[in-house]
Amino acid sequence: MIKFFLMVNKQGQTRLSRYYEHVEINKRTMLEAEVIKNCLSRSKDECSFIEYKDFKLVYRQYAALFIVVGIDQTENEMAVYELIHNFVEVLDKYFSRVVSETLNLLCNIFSLSKLW
Amino acid sequence: MPAPIRLRELIRTIRTARTQAEEREMIQKECAAIRSSFREEDNTYRCRNVAKLLYMHMLGYPAHFGQLECLKLIASQKFTDKRIGYLGAMLLLDERQDVHLLMTNCIKNDLNHSTQYVQGLALCTLGCMGSSEMCRDLAGEVEKLLKTSNSYLRKKAALCAVHVIRKVPELMEMFLPATKNLLNEKNHGVLHTSVVLLTEMCERSPDMLAHFRKNEKLVPQLVRILKNLIMSGYSPEHDVSGISDPFLQVRILRLLRILGRNDDDSSEAMNDILAQVATNTETSKNVGNAILYETVLTIMDIKSESGLRVLAINILGRFLLNNDKNIRYVALTSLLKTVQTDHNAVQRHRSTIVDCLKDLDVSIKRRAMELSFALVNGNNVRGMMKELLYFLDSCEPEFKADCASGIFLAAEKYAPSKRWHIDTIMRVLTTAGSYVRDDAVPNLIQLITNSVEMHAYTVQRLYKAILGDYSQQPLVQVASWCIGEYGDLLVSGQCEEEEPIQVTEDEVLDILESVLISNMSASVTRGYALTAIMKLSTRFTCTVNRIKKVVSIYGSSIDVELQQRAVEYNALFKKYDHMRPALLERMPVMEKVTTNGPAEIVQTNGETETAVLETKPPPSGLQPANQANDLLDLLGGSDITPVIPTAPPSKPASGGELLDLLGDLNLTGIPSITAYNKNGLKIEFTFERSNTNPSVTVITIQASNSTELDMTDFVFQAAVPKTFQLQLLSPSSSVIPAFNSGTITQVIKVLNPQKQQLRMRIKLTYNHKGSAMQDLAEVNNFPPQSWQ
Repeated sequence: MIKFFLMVNKQGQTRLSRYYEHVEINKRTMLEAEVIKNCLSRSKDECSFIEYKDFKLVYRQYAALFIVVGIDQTENEMAVYELIHNFVEVLDKYFSRVVSETLNLLCNIFSLSKLW
Repeated sequence: MPAPIRLRELIRTIRTARTQAEEREMIQKECAAIRSSFREEDNTYRCRNVAKLLYMHMLGYPAHFGQLECLKLIASQKFTDKRIGYLGAMLLLDERQDVHLLMTNCIKNDLNHSTQYVQGLALCTLGCMGSSEMCRDLAGEVEKLLKTSNSYLRKKAALCAVHVIRKVPELMEMFLPATKNLLNEKNHGVLHTSVVLLTEMCERSPDMLAHFRKNEKLVPQLVRILKNLIMSGYSPEHDVSGISDPFLQVRILRLLRILGRNDDDSSEAMNDILAQVATNTETSKNVGNAILYETVLTIMDIKSESGLRVLAINILGRFLLNNDKNIRYVALTSLLKTVQTDHNAVQRHRSTIVDCLKDLDVSIKRRAMELSFALVNGNNVRGMMKELLYFLDSCEPEFKADCASGIFLAAEKYAPSKRWHIDTIMRVLTTAGSYVRDDAVPNLIQLITNSVEMHAYTVQRLYKAILGDYSQQPLVQVASWCIGEYGDLLVSGQCEEEEPIQVTEDEVLDILESVLISNMSASVTRGYALTAIMKLSTRFTCTVNRIKKVVSIYGSSIDVELQQRAVEYNALFKKYDHMRPALLERMPVMEKVTTNGPAEIVQTNGETETAVLETKPPPSGLQPANQANDLLDLLGGSDITPVIPTAPPSKPASGGELLDLLGDLNLTGIPSITAYNKNGLKIEFTFERSNTNPSVTVITIQASNSTELDMTDFVFQAAVPKTFQLQLLSPSSSVIPAFNSGTITQVIKVLNPQKQQLRMRIKLTYNHKGSAMQDLAEVNNFPPQSWQ
């Protein structure tokens, strides 16, 4: 099961977050900060799956943007890895040039919600 | 009041903030504006304000005052309003807020709306945050939409049904008729969500699972769909890097796994398709590897034929050699799951796994370490241990504790010689001494006591180790204890294995005193050192006065524990000097205890033992008759006498029995056997013969669990042929923790007056992964020394 879906930039600012399990709002910021810290400390030739507390993080970096998905033990990590890429490709087609135009992305947050 | 700013403006403004405080200020200002706008009941801009509020919520600021506004938006007729309203409901509301129930009527109306997009919104929201009351009310509508021909709605309804079933499991039967036609759809969206729905139903209810296996012929349908996906040519709609809809393939494989688990017919029906997927999938891209990974997991979980299993392990082996880190990680994880069942096949890849220990990636190193420990056996223990010790030297601190414990466990099980064992322990203590777990110290001490011939060698090596550096607490504790016990051997220079070193009594006392004085020593360590010094008063001849002086100094120590010890030892010197030699004499060889602490014989486990035989635990009481009948029924065979495990009657009696065991046991080297090893559960028997009564064999069973979930309510039962008598004492606990992190110990006493070959039938029952497991096995590989 997917626990959460985050898009965070390199400075640690959350660009998009969607939680599929209830997490207290003050705990969310802590969680996001820790998650991005874990992802930033990884080098390029390390694998994209991190074990964090009692679930796994699957992350993928697109220039300055990190997309992190938290999953539990029942999910296929590599399928989720593909899913992230699929998601980015969809956004790319819809908004064109996702990575460099993160501003555009956020402004179309209404449309983004329909993807859920 | 000017029109509220648009969301874009807000985002731009917030992004210009340079510090957290600035951002907070901007957001508070905007929140105030939004609040006043809400109070004015402004319909035109409500949508815009709520959107901004949602953005601020996402950044982590409280937004609860927007909840009612979301409800108002949902009730509006405009689509743009509804859209934001529902989004807000999904993000801000859940069953914890009472307000959410007000939505029920709106959702009900919207589920019957003329526009499919509105219906879709309602379904999404219900499927996201519907509480059990809402689900109960609206399940009928969802079920109706599940049968519609509109695929856009059908797929959303299926996912909503999944949520309903999760919240209110009783409603599962309601959706059963609708699922009949779901898999006949062409639309992949509907197919995908239907598979998710079916998976959820099968996982939740074993009755559903049985129903789907037999009546619905689900497996052939799924096989057909999967085949079409693989065999069909390029389809631009569903293509991902050359493979047609890999996400659906993975889902179907997962459902097949659930259907095929523990079921021969279903497993047979899917053998072909699994082989086909395994051989035909392209492995050059990550997508193909994802599908192969899922296939391998499925093959290992169902009752597949051996050829297929070998194929799966080979695929994993290929993954291990791949350069891509993700794939290697995934391979190591799967091998860890399968190492118990297909041990030999995994052994073939041992060298690759050991190489992974040197990888830079932390996740891979952890997996490789766990797998290496699972692969250690009597043959490869020396080589593996060398690699693991090297790994311990160079790994990150977070691994050291686990690695050290693992090495201790493995060394205990497979040590080829006592000297090697002690050397290995010394090596671990000196390299990772401060990371060793606390319970390792008593275990090590017990091990050292038991290797009688190695005392001199051990104490010499330990002395040399702490001579230079006494900061690693576990090492110092073990060393102090040994020096206290065997100080006389140290001083007399009796070591055979190594060049004996010349040590005087004063030098030994010097080192122990420096441990006592040092700021680095923990309180426990100081206790060890003081007791050691005291013991040396009987072992050393010329320095008794010095010892008396040291001990009396600590009689006024601030540390209460130390003070108490010192005062008592002082009293020993003064008033009870005649008792001193007897009190401080050499420790006897200790009874072998399990690695995670002494087994607690004294437990009221009578209830758990009887409880396992019936599905609902009966309120009280021993029902030995029930157990006997059960065993008879299952074991058949008229030459087997049933055995009733004795519930411990009262504390003193069991305590007495334990003392008897200690009193007359002969710890000869009878080889231990692995009696049972399946599905991650491993049971080992170790034997002891009684000196006083040669027809009694005492078997200690140790049950360990290498899967990733605990096994609970574990009950071990045994039956032996008529000529034997069996007595089962209480087990240490009924939970076997996962990842080999602990064991259950139970003692069995076998009376074999006719000295016949020992045979035993064992029955194991436990709960694992939420389902009750049961197995029968026969143990025939008892070594001759255990019964002759």
